[in-house]
Amino acid sequence: MSTETLEQPVVKKQAEPLFSKRRKRFVMDPLDDDNPVTIQVLGICSALAVTVKMEPTLIMSVAVVFVIVFSNLITSLVRNLVPGRVRIIVQLGIIATLVTVVSEILKAYNYEMYKVLGAFVGLIITNCIVMGRLEAFAMGNKPWDSVLDGFGSGFGYAWVILTVAFFRELLGSGTVFDYPILEKIGLVNIQNNGLMVDSIGAFMVLGLIIWVQRTRNGYVEH
Amino acid sequence: MQRSNTYILVFTAIMTVIIGGILSFTSQVLGPAQKKSIELDTKTQILSAVMDLGKKDDVLGIYNKSIQSMVVDIDGNEVEKDKKGNPIVAEEVNIVKNYKMKPGKREYPVYEYKDPSDTSKVAAYIFPVYGAGLWNAIYGYVALESDLNTIKGVSFGHVQETPGLGARIASKEIQDRFKGKTIFDDQGNFVSVAMLKGEKKNPSLFGPHEVDGMSGATLTGRGLNAMLKNYLGDYEAFIKKNQQHQ
Repeated sequence: MSTETLEQPVVKKQAEPLFSKRRKRFVMDPLDDDNPVTIQVLGICSALAVTVKMEPTLIMSVAVVFVIVFSNLITSLVRNLVPGRVRIIVQLGIIATLVTVVSEILKAYNYEMYKVLGAFVGLIITNCIVMGRLEAFAMGNKPWDSVLDGFGSGFGYAWVILTVAFFRELLGSGTVFDYPILEKIGLVNIQNNGLMVDSIGAFMVLGLIIWVQRTRNGYVEH
Repeated sequence: MQRSNTYILVFTAIMTVIIGGILSFTSQVLGPAQKKSIELDTKTQILSAVMDLGKKDDVLGIYNKSIQSMVVDIDGNEVEKDKKGNPIVAEEVNIVKNYKMKPGKREYPVYEYKDPSDTSKVAAYIFPVYGAGLWNAIYGYVALESDLNTIKGVSFGHVQETPGLGARIASKEIQDRFKGKTIFDDQGNFVSVAMLKGEKKNPSLFGPHEVDGMSGATLTGRGLNAMLKNYLGDYEAFIKKNQQHQ
């Protein structure tokens, strides 16, 4: 059979809107039903390590969203050029470059945070969420879709660690963004909970978040 | 997608060059700003041994006005040039590198804090200290009054002491406990100050060379004691010399 007989009249496909229903799901799904931290249980190590206070957590979130979005975009742009046998190394190269740039910028313009976050910015390279998205999504999808997917997973990670940090800082130090909120509303005699400052506190808060979320969504372990 | 080996080699070579280019460009562009923020950080730490700094304070301005720095050797003599003959800047002396050398070979920075009302007088001497905590390095600055005996203030930092336990050395609460303690006994022998085991939270229970401990962080406390003893001890010659001058 020659290919000519199969040729179909070219139907001009209508361009998909920038935020079509299908694309909205790329952003919305990781926020709840398919959350990278609470459902896929990825990126836990950094979720424990940087969530003692809100401020470093916020910086970490911004850094992860930046890295995940841009590495998704770049990977998606070069996906057809990347040889299959070295694709993981290429992905690592892209992620590591972006992470190093973020770390250098922090060192130059926010040295205080650079010291607090220390190795954890560098460890975004090994954050399974980033690599997971590149391998599972960006290698097989178009750039814009990949960017949306990056935002979805990035924000999915961000809201969870920010929530954890909120409770840890509030209960562990009595502050929010270093603002003594408990004192200001008149609760002076609240003892700080030392457990919350430790990584154990993060485990507990994270576990509670997962519990609430799974109960609400009716999630069942298969 | 299966590709030829040549393609893979060329692809990775090009990728390496591009990534290398981006990284060295970033490092070149951000270099000066990084140097500045490290300098600001060092000077903030030095100054916080003698005063409480707010977030909005002009650290560099205060520093330039009130601090005069120099480098001495273990015998207390001022050193102006390093082994290669280049002038030494106290702020740029790498404490970590020096810590790994034998005490006799180290360069010891001294920061003199001028009396704000009379800048010809030295109100405090600030010395850097460095040592090992429980998990990793601890460091800081100790400021002595002009008598070179009484502690005017300290500022400590740490790399990764346990939060809520050893990490408390970086808090004001712990650092204030050192204020007013002395490092020489009545005969003028160097004894340093030591943090004790246990936490009593009652300042009147402690002698002039003792500091209330941190509950649950005895090992960090021991590291702190060793650090103070080693470093202040290394400065003993300098201190003795300048005590006589007065």
